[in-house]
Amino acid sequence: MYSEKVMDHFQHPRNMGEIENASGVGTVGNAKCGDIMRMYLDIDENGIIQDVKFKTFGCGAAVATSSMATELVKGKNIQEALQVTNKAVMEALDGLPPVKVHCSLLAEEAIHAALWDYAEKHGIKIEGLQKPKSDIHEGEEEEEEAY
Amino acid sequence: MKKVIYLDNAATTKTAPEVVDAMLPYFTELYGNASTIYELGGSSKKAMNEVRETIADILGAQENEIYFTAGGSESDNWALKATAEAYRAKGNHIITSKIEHHAILHTCEYLEKNGFEITYVDVDENGKIKLSELKKAIRPTTILISVMFANNEIGTIQPIKEIGEIAHENGILFHTDAVQAFGQLPINVDEYHIDMLSASGHKLNGPKGIGFLYIRKGVKIRSFIHGGAQERKRRAGTENIPGIVGLGVAARRAAETMKERTAKEIALRDHLIDRVMKEIPYTRLNGDRIDRLPNNANFSFQFIEGESMLIMLDMEGICGSSGSACTSGSLDPSHVLLAIGLPHEIAHGSLRLTLSEETTLEDIDFVVDTIKNIVERLRSMSPLYEDFVKKQAVK
Repeated sequence: MYSEKVMDHFQHPRNMGEIENASGVGTVGNAKCGDIMRMYLDIDENGIIQDVKFKTFGCGAAVATSSMATELVKGKNIQEALQVTNKAVMEALDGLPPVKVHCSLLAEEAIHAALWDYAEKHGIKIEGLQKPKSDIHEGEEEEEEAY
Repeated sequence: MKKVIYLDNAATTKTAPEVVDAMLPYFTELYGNASTIYELGGSSKKAMNEVRETIADILGAQENEIYFTAGGSESDNWALKATAEAYRAKGNHIITSKIEHHAILHTCEYLEKNGFEITYVDVDENGKIKLSELKKAIRPTTILISVMFANNEIGTIQPIKEIGEIAHENGILFHTDAVQAFGQLPINVDEYHIDMLSASGHKLNGPKGIGFLYIRKGVKIRSFIHGGAQERKRRAGTENIPGIVGLGVAARRAAETMKERTAKEIALRDHLIDRVMKEIPYTRLNGDRIDRLPNNANFSFQFIEGESMLIMLDMEGICGSSGSACTSGSLDPSHVLLAIGLPHEIAHGSLRLTLSEETTLEDIDFVVDTIKNIVERLRSMSPLYEDFVKKQAVK
């Protein structure tokens, strides 16, 4: 059901993990629907994305799109990172099954959410960046309870 | 090819070699149509009637109460739609449960669009139907109660005898979807007051595309497929003789080996459950601990998602299934897991493993070791787990 590239990124995710004191962190998705992506960006003073990490709760496609998205933005400047669309992520993965297209949208949103967080923390405005609508970092945390 | 550990026997089973052997002559030599008068057709008819007797014997029924169908879904559709039609003058109300198979639930939705009223009775946190709610749901217009014998996802066995008694005392027909239970649990239709029962061949090492519906004598039930006079004029179509023969061998085999086989499966299942629950934190066992199918284990691993788990298990040659949305083709996780009260995110992390007579202790130990690694890896990737750990640290 998945392309070889999707399977490769699922089995060997690139840039998986956390960045301590990241310049920007964005979490998108919804545990109810079964996908949550979190992106960490380390952006230097010239606006270059020096490092990027992700964590994802979700299916094979969710992991693979997160992984591919990190590869596509690493080393890029902010404006270039904003141009990484869900289409670009899908194409880079040689396509996704139709029911998994929303995973690539989530990957795009996760990057935007992390950039938004970066902009807010640094008191700047990024041209062309909208406030991400599905950032769930606040509020839903309370629902998680372990047995 | 690497070794495959097949733990999805609730989805389908391997056809037993003796089943295949018994079927083959009915393709190649004894291919006669059972409705013909010559000897070649007669041998087909004889073989078919022997299977009817075998199945009737197992259920404590009469051979003329067994109707062959193309499988469990057809049997369920037939039981519901034809009863609804035949008893419409008496009433338009049907009671079922929230955790039935889609063959029942979607048929009920279809009937609702056609003027029937359906009550979907709740289950408790272990998946057992609430008998008090069932009793309260009964109306003068109730014509049928349909509750599955045992659940396909979480393995919970329903109090079928009590449900049958309630139906019987109120003069309501009782149908049970026994697709998972037939061949795994002893069933007597009189003892349990069952009026109709659905079963399928491929869940008990028989062939796919064959099943049956038991219909108690005296139950008015209309023809489901119109045409020839097969199946006492109630289900037209030239009989699937190879399938029927295979079903017969599989059913006899399942009944004869039931005690020994299920004792072995229960021991392995309990070993699986005990190890997983002891060795993997933040895990929940879904379904009743005692009243559950001998071969079923169903877990929810918190903070991770089911499809990812299945892909990783597949890489190790292990076949399982999950109730996550990604495996259902919709955005919602399994209706059964939601009905027992699991929050969505925990339902997404479910894993069902269903054993067979071929499963060994070594298989189970390998599977548990593998699951441990997979759960640990997926949790290390999960933002939900990260948040949970950080919150624990603050406390």
